[in-house]
Amino acid sequence: MKGISFGQYYPADSVIHRLDPRIKIIMTILYIICTFLCKSVTSFAVLVLSVIALIMFSRIPVRVVLRSVRPLLIIIAFTFVINIFWSTGEQLLVEFWIFRIYAEGVWNAVFMFLRIFALVTGTGVLLTYTTTPMDLTDALESLLSPLKKLHVPVHVFAMMMSITLRFIPTLTEETEKIMNAQKARGADFTSGSLIRRAKSLIPILIPLFVSAINRALELANAMECRCYHGGDGRTRLNVLKCHTKDMVAAILMIVFGVGLVFLNFVPFIYVMK
Amino acid sequence: MSNIYIHAENLSYIYHDSNDNKEHPALQNFSLDVHEGEYVAVLGHNGSGKSTFAKLLNLILEPTGGTLIIDGKEVTKPDLTDEEILELRKNVGMVFQNPDNQLVSTIVEQDVAFGPENLGVEREELRKRVDDALMTVNMTQYAHHEPHRLSGGQKQRVAIAGVLAMMPKCVIFDESTAMLDPGGRREVLDTVRMLNRDYGMTVLNITHYMNEAAEADRIIVINDGRLLMDGTPDEVFAKRDVLQTVGLEVPQCAELIHRLREEGIALVGDTISDPEACVALLEQAYRKIKKA
Repeated sequence: MKGISFGQYYPADSVIHRLDPRIKIIMTILYIICTFLCKSVTSFAVLVLSVIALIMFSRIPVRVVLRSVRPLLIIIAFTFVINIFWSTGEQLLVEFWIFRIYAEGVWNAVFMFLRIFALVTGTGVLLTYTTTPMDLTDALESLLSPLKKLHVPVHVFAMMMSITLRFIPTLTEETEKIMNAQKARGADFTSGSLIRRAKSLIPILIPLFVSAINRALELANAMECRCYHGGDGRTRLNVLKCHTKDMVAAILMIVFGVGLVFLNFVPFIYVMK
Repeated sequence: MSNIYIHAENLSYIYHDSNDNKEHPALQNFSLDVHEGEYVAVLGHNGSGKSTFAKLLNLILEPTGGTLIIDGKEVTKPDLTDEEILELRKNVGMVFQNPDNQLVSTIVEQDVAFGPENLGVEREELRKRVDDALMTVNMTQYAHHEPHRLSGGQKQRVAIAGVLAMMPKCVIFDESTAMLDPGGRREVLDTVRMLNRDYGMTVLNITHYMNEAAEADRIIVINDGRLLMDGTPDEVFAKRDVLQTVGLEVPQCAELIHRLREEGIALVGDTISDPEACVALLEQAYRKIKKA
């Protein structure tokens, strides 16, 4: 468990890794919008190219990126099938029993597959693989800071998030310790029915919760001793800075989106209605 | 003698136990003076009130009676402003027992910065303080590591750096070595001693390791919320019988000298807390016996 890493962060030294995390969040939102803007063969072709370009720029191995698509394969397959069989159109390709497959249906299915694929790999490469959770938290706090005027406790949420991240490995270690302790007393977590197995988790969860609460109390004391009094008047060791390259990246993303919209009007092979 | 840093007079703290609905005194009529730059070990068995005392010094708990003056400021006055509380907390740093439960951030240097960040220290000064604090505890090369990958002693040193970055005048160690292995304990104790000797910091080390207490300039023993003994390690360990009645044992070397004296072997000297002095004492006695 020593090797446990937070989230999906993949350490590498790339242009995308070095971007301001706030810009990366904005770019990710823009990219998600872009995937939904695509409607034509040409724009989807450019979208696929952009995925390849992003992966290359991020210097993250392709197999690592593809791993993030795997859990979604069922959903992708499901939407693919639905689109093929339930779409109607003008150009009938095959007809058997009660099914009719139209050319439009096939194209829609392929588009949907590419859209989900680009969505998942794009957000992964732009954000989760290339940004440490700590940077993400800081960026969210910074981006949401205007909400402070509406009395939304942005700082508190960010603090909660970073403490959660801090304690994930600690509590994982503790869970393992408790499990081993219960195993040493003859507990069995791996056999029996599902309900039985769920029940056998109770002797793990209760000590874990008790210890987590005690830890929280102690941490609160320690934080108070270190003069913690909320976000007011707090300075930061690492201040996020938006450089020219960050602005350039954001503008590129906007240009990319606008370009996709124009490509939708190119009547090449097929354009979604 | 230097200035008095902590002045407690008839201090008491009574807590309410919701289990039996009774009031329990954790500290009663507790009076003590600690001078600036002193290294004081606080001894006492579990539940003796030693941790309560530490929490009073840090304003985590409010005393129910008596007066407490820290650095010339009365802490026990009722209308303490938030700024005054922060100022006092800044001056009295605290290192706790479990290193995991006092580190806030996922990166060492950010954790060290947590205290001064709360105080609103400017960025340049902040950077300098973090670097200096890490240097002091010899953890500079781990500045960008994740705390959960460090050893217990290293984590505790990071916690000490976090306190140092606030530039306190006094540091309280609340059983900070209790969860460490002997190597980690040594690391932390060496750091504690250095803070006291080289930086002139007032140190209160709450512990139940006698060997650790022997390193201090002065030992106070708390029992049932009262001050039982107060003196140099030699003075305190000389009263072995009193210590035993409250469930404490003297360090091994002091125990050895006590037993030899009980056997009627004349050992001249008062230094019984330091192992090397004990060896000298034994050598001296051995030569005498050999001659006779």
